[in-house]
Amino acid sequence: MTNIPIDGLSLPAEKPHHETPGGWKEYFSFSTDHKVIGIQYLVTSFFFFLIGGIFAMILRGELITPEADLIDRTVYNGMFTMHGTVMLFLWTFPSLVGFANYLVPLMIGARDMAFPRLNAVAFWMVPVVGILLMASFFVPGGPAQAGWWAYPPVSLQNPTGNLINGQVLWLLAVAISGVSSIMGAVNFVTTIVKMRAPGMTFFRMPLFVWAVLSAQIIQLFGLPALTAGAVMLLLDLTVGTGFFNPSNGGNPVMFQHYFWFYSHPAVYVIILPVFGIFSEIFPVYSRKPLFGYKVVAISSLLIAVVSAIVWVHHMYVSGTPAWMRLIFMLTTMFVSVPTGIKVFAWVATIWGGKLRLNTPMLFALGGLIMFVFAGITGIMLSSVPVDVHVNNTYFVVGHFHYVLFGTVTMGLYAAIYHWFPKMTGRMYYEGWGKLHFWLSFIGTNLNFLPMHPLGLQGMLRRVSSYAPEYEQWNIIASLGAFLLGMSTLPFIFNMVISWMQGEKATDNPWRAIGLEWLVSSPPPVENFEKIPVVISEPYGYGKSEPLVAEEKGVGV
Amino acid sequence: MKLSKILSVLTLITGAIAISITSIWIGKQAYSWLPPQAAAESHLIDDLISFLVTLGAFIFLGVTSTLMYSVIFHRAEKGDLSDGPHIEGNVTLEVVWTAIPIMLVLWIAGYSSQVYEQMGIQGPTQLVHLHNPVGMESAYAAPQEGVMSEPVEKIDVIAKQWAWVFHYPERNVTSTELHLPSDRRVRLALQSEDVLHGFYIPAFRLKQDIIPSHTIDFEFTPIRQGQYRLTDSQYSGTYFATMQANVVVESDEDYHKWLAKIATQKPAPANNQAASEYAQTANEPVKNGWDTVVPAAPPVVNYSG
Repeated sequence: MTNIPIDGLSLPAEKPHHETPGGWKEYFSFSTDHKVIGIQYLVTSFFFFLIGGIFAMILRGELITPEADLIDRTVYNGMFTMHGTVMLFLWTFPSLVGFANYLVPLMIGARDMAFPRLNAVAFWMVPVVGILLMASFFVPGGPAQAGWWAYPPVSLQNPTGNLINGQVLWLLAVAISGVSSIMGAVNFVTTIVKMRAPGMTFFRMPLFVWAVLSAQIIQLFGLPALTAGAVMLLLDLTVGTGFFNPSNGGNPVMFQHYFWFYSHPAVYVIILPVFGIFSEIFPVYSRKPLFGYKVVAISSLLIAVVSAIVWVHHMYVSGTPAWMRLIFMLTTMFVSVPTGIKVFAWVATIWGGKLRLNTPMLFALGGLIMFVFAGITGIMLSSVPVDVHVNNTYFVVGHFHYVLFGTVTMGLYAAIYHWFPKMTGRMYYEGWGKLHFWLSFIGTNLNFLPMHPLGLQGMLRRVSSYAPEYEQWNIIASLGAFLLGMSTLPFIFNMVISWMQGEKATDNPWRAIGLEWLVSSPPPVENFEKIPVVISEPYGYGKSEPLVAEEKGVGV
Repeated sequence: MKLSKILSVLTLITGAIAISITSIWIGKQAYSWLPPQAAAESHLIDDLISFLVTLGAFIFLGVTSTLMYSVIFHRAEKGDLSDGPHIEGNVTLEVVWTAIPIMLVLWIAGYSSQVYEQMGIQGPTQLVHLHNPVGMESAYAAPQEGVMSEPVEKIDVIAKQWAWVFHYPERNVTSTELHLPSDRRVRLALQSEDVLHGFYIPAFRLKQDIIPSHTIDFEFTPIRQGQYRLTDSQYSGTYFATMQANVVVESDEDYHKWLAKIATQKPAPANNQAASEYAQTANEPVKNGWDTVVPAAPPVVNYSG
């Protein structure tokens, strides 16, 4: 594999050459430093995570009793629509992009992203999306109430009659978020393909970089479909075109195709970087190389490819002919093969290692266990006859919360703790981290496990009231949700206090192998004084071999 | 050295047997997690769910117990800062654990499509999709034994925001309660007047979305007399949760008696929760919610249950 000479890609000439980052004000500025942008993404998205979490607790508060007695049905509908939208478009996507932003250039030995200003523009669209969505609470009629997937004709019903309504703002926000993500995808793919340090061949890239590359390729082919669907729906809603509106001769099922063609692969856009995070964390805390590195790397790309042909499994019961149901059942189930490979590789990595159960490792292990559970219910859902029964019930809600909270959010927490010393130059408090882990692990299972029996019994999702026989499991789920809400408190406390007055961190407190651990904590503005030359494979634990030439050796 | 190898193989075998027995037991429990089996299709689906739960439990227990074993027995000693063994991979192992999921997937998919074929629910055959010459016909449906294979006359199901109305063309009567004869294949014609709705009876394990301006045929066989709930499975707006109806499965004789009886009843407006909730909020002096679509007028039916 040939390497692009780094000198051929010079950085913008006007970029200032500070030695250290420019203090807290930098984080509120239009900075083009990928590390600042990464932290901007992380902090912004965490803020919206708290908002989305408050919405979730209001929903679970309503569902603690069978009757609709806490909030109006309209408010409930607005809440679950916003909860889903905020958690996807303002928490999981941007936070993972934040990590990718921070880590990818460091991990591949680059000084910045390929297009630093495009990077900053892409970030600053995220607060715009957030403001638009939050503003929709104040327009007459309130925010969108059609669910995060906004199926027409419900999303086309506009009882207020105003041109500016919650649904219009929602569609604008989704379209802007799509544009921002496309900008990010172009930047990541270019950076990873073109800006690797000498010696950093594809098969020497850390698996997090492989995962980001695969995820961002999905963004490139998938997002145009969603954005097109959103624009067509916007036209139907505002100027009365008839793409999806049956009363104008449109077809609402067509929207579902546009929507899911992107929105199922979107799940892999979110989860692939988390797989990458797991692949980075398990070797460090097991002190062993990642088992089957090449196969795990290729499995990420394979997931990206297969993801393009699974979307109809969301539509088994929405007017899909039998032959299509069966083909998409097979393709959906096939996703379990590359993911299974990863799971087995992680287990083999941990097996026979010298484990240290620090907070990042605990979160990664907890996330892995909950992912295995989610994978099993995922296979059940992909089976057409089972899906016919549980589609749109709480079984599905339970399944995807095991994916999105149990796996993705736990993975994100693991990553935050693991790279916290690198990002801030300070250590977090281990005890608070462990408390945070146990509260979230117990809370997650209390919250989302009861949803499976509820769904099997036939309780539907999106209902503001339900039959009394479902009450007991709902009480447990709601208590779990409140516990989960509380679990963020030790985390916030730990992060704020540690960042301000935590113990100073060394450059490589975990004795991890990777380019990002060779620079100081926090890294200098342009990352590397001299671009490193990579001379060995990643994850060389137990080998005592230097990772880069002419630098001091890594590891023991 | 040899003894320790024998011991670890024995441990492995014992563990595998324990996990298998537990998984089979969990798989048997799966039936109790589900509502009563009120349609012929529900037996097929429940068997499939039980099978998948057994398989899933085996995988879950296998992976987690391996992980837990490592967490307990492979911890670094205090002060031990050295690395573990440098094991990068093992081709045989990797081939095996790629091949096993592939075979499992083919097995599960094969079983699932077999069940799907036996269910023979009609569903739509086209809509926006391409025609496929090898598409399944409803004639494939293998009627259950002891069940009349000739479907009863098509019952029209009309869904609207937020009410279910059932029209029986045989007697030209309407009802807001769905009555069905037991042990007879029934054929429904699903229609929506406004938005997407979903026809879902958990006790039957059956679900089908209803798409405006299309009529969708749907077939199944109730086999257990009793009263069940029909719910709307596709989110349909503000009063979505209230869109429910009773389903009464009775003997063929009782079913026809009921039809004859309601044919004599005069149509009257049925009770409708969405409409009454809407009227209530409209009367409140302080409105704390947001505007909603006005519910359709309560349906006028011969029988309102």
